[in-house]
Amino acid sequence: MFVNVKNVTKKFLGVNVLDDVSFDINLGGRIAMMGPNGAGKTTLIRAILGFYHIDEGKIEVNGFDPIKDRVKVLPNISFIPQLPPPIKISLEEMISFITKSANISREMIFEESNKMDLNLKKNLHKQFFKLSGGMKQKLLIAIALSKKSSLLVFDEPTANLDPKAREHFYKLLEKLDEDCSTLFITHRLDEIKGLVNRQIYMDLGKVIEDEKI
Amino acid sequence: MKNLLLVAYLDIKESLRSKWFYVYAIVFGGLMALFFVTGVSDSVVMGFTGLSRLLLVFIQVTIIILPIFILITTVKSISGDRESNVLEYMLSFPISLTHYYWGKMLGRFLTVFLPVIFALILGVAFGIAKGGNLPWAMISLYSALLFAMCFVFLGIAFFVSTLVKSSDIAVGSSFMIWIILLAFIDIALIGLMLQGRVSDGLIISIALTNPIEVFRIGAISLFDPELTVIGPVAYYLLDTLGAKLLMFYSIFYPIILGIFFSFMGYIAFKKKDLL
Ligand SMILES: Nc1ncnc2c1ncn2[C@@H]1O[C@H](COP(=O)(O)OP(=O)(O)OP(=O)(O)O)[C@@H](O)[C@H]1O
Ligand SMILES: [Mg+2]
Repeated sequence: MFVNVKNVTKKFLGVNVLDDVSFDINLGGRIAMMGPNGAGKTTLIRAILGFYHIDEGKIEVNGFDPIKDRVKVLPNISFIPQLPPPIKISLEEMISFITKSANISREMIFEESNKMDLNLKKNLHKQFFKLSGGMKQKLLIAIALSKKSSLLVFDEPTANLDPKAREHFYKLLEKLDEDCSTLFITHRLDEIKGLVNRQIYMDLGKVIEDEKI
Repeated sequence: MKNLLLVAYLDIKESLRSKWFYVYAIVFGGLMALFFVTGVSDSVVMGFTGLSRLLLVFIQVTIIILPIFILITTVKSISGDRESNVLEYMLSFPISLTHYYWGKMLGRFLTVFLPVIFALILGVAFGIAKGGNLPWAMISLYSALLFAMCFVFLGIAFFVSTLVKSSDIAVGSSFMIWIILLAFIDIALIGLMLQGRVSDGLIISIALTNPIEVFRIGAISLFDPELTVIGPVAYYLLDTLGAKLLMFYSIFYPIILGIFFSFMGYIAFKKKDLL
């Protein structure tokens, strides 16, 4: 099993935002995670990525603690945030940060951008936050896919994409390695139905439903 | 180490592209240049006989501008990155928190200190062009004092921005810290002094824990070794510490304080939620 979340509780200001959550992600698991706004989905992902210190329970990724061993955990996870952040460095600099810190090849990023219909060369000297919403999202997707991770985490990645780009994106996901797991947060299950084999429903910080489909 | 330098480099690049940096460079760099040009060349031409009015004004303006500028821009950029989720994305790559934190610190320090260096070079070039011996000791000591003050406020800024999550509150706290160090401590101490219940030595010692006060006294003592402008306190300081030790203290105390705050910030960064 790749990710193991066990009885995790996380409080913000005394409120249990994650309330005794347990679940696993196995290699090759394709998960759609759903739930109303404020259910705790983003919080759960951030805990897995080692951004939050949990109050109770245990999280292991590949046998490592995501906080203490972030340098060993994060090379295996690609993450696309809910909204592209307004990063103020140029694409060139951003790519240099990513290739150097995470060992991703520059060629790969260019290749994946091509597949997403994003002309990276033309925009290399633009600052990231000056790209259009969709272009930003395409680049983040290209980066995530060129990082050969065992787990791809997507926090509603398609919100800004036009229908054509969305289709491209789903096509690329179909070509992922067998072993690669994906965790997809979405409010529109019908769109990714063909891409997932398990669905998890969260509400009020708890996993309410977890079933194979 | 490679990643630390990378983070620093990207931070400098980002700052160099932002408007605040140019405002800072022009206002502060220009001020510094004037300072060196008038101060240094005056001393070359006529030798230092005391603190000129103009130099005193420059020192005062530096004391007001530099801390608030470092505090606000640093705190804004770090908590801004957190609020806009830039931090979340950048830290989703396997870079160690140690490299990230100290890389940011290094980058910030260089951007803040760069205009100072340039102004220094400008002043020295001007002095050489005018001819005569440059007062190297004075130039290097004044730079060291500036270095120390930049460093302590950067440390405080990093500490505040790792401790406080919301950028509004972080900016508000920076402003409070600045105004307290700049004015409130002095006012309170003057009040105590007037009451006459506390010994003058104690009051002066308390004043000397304030990095802004330390910079002021250090800078003034460079140009006015008798410290005539600061009045009777000068006798006490020079009697108990002596000029050499006073200068040593003015440089190293802020640096140690800066190291302390940046380490506290570092510990908070590692021990608390990142977002
Ligand atoms: N840093 C924080 N401080 C305080 N409360 C927080 C923090 N982060 C999240 N919360 C609270 O935790 C709850 C869960 O938030 P979370 O972002 O995980 O929801 P979500 O399931 O991702 O919702 P959405 O579908 O809207 O993205 C919310 O009530 C939110 O206000
Ligand atoms: Mg969310």
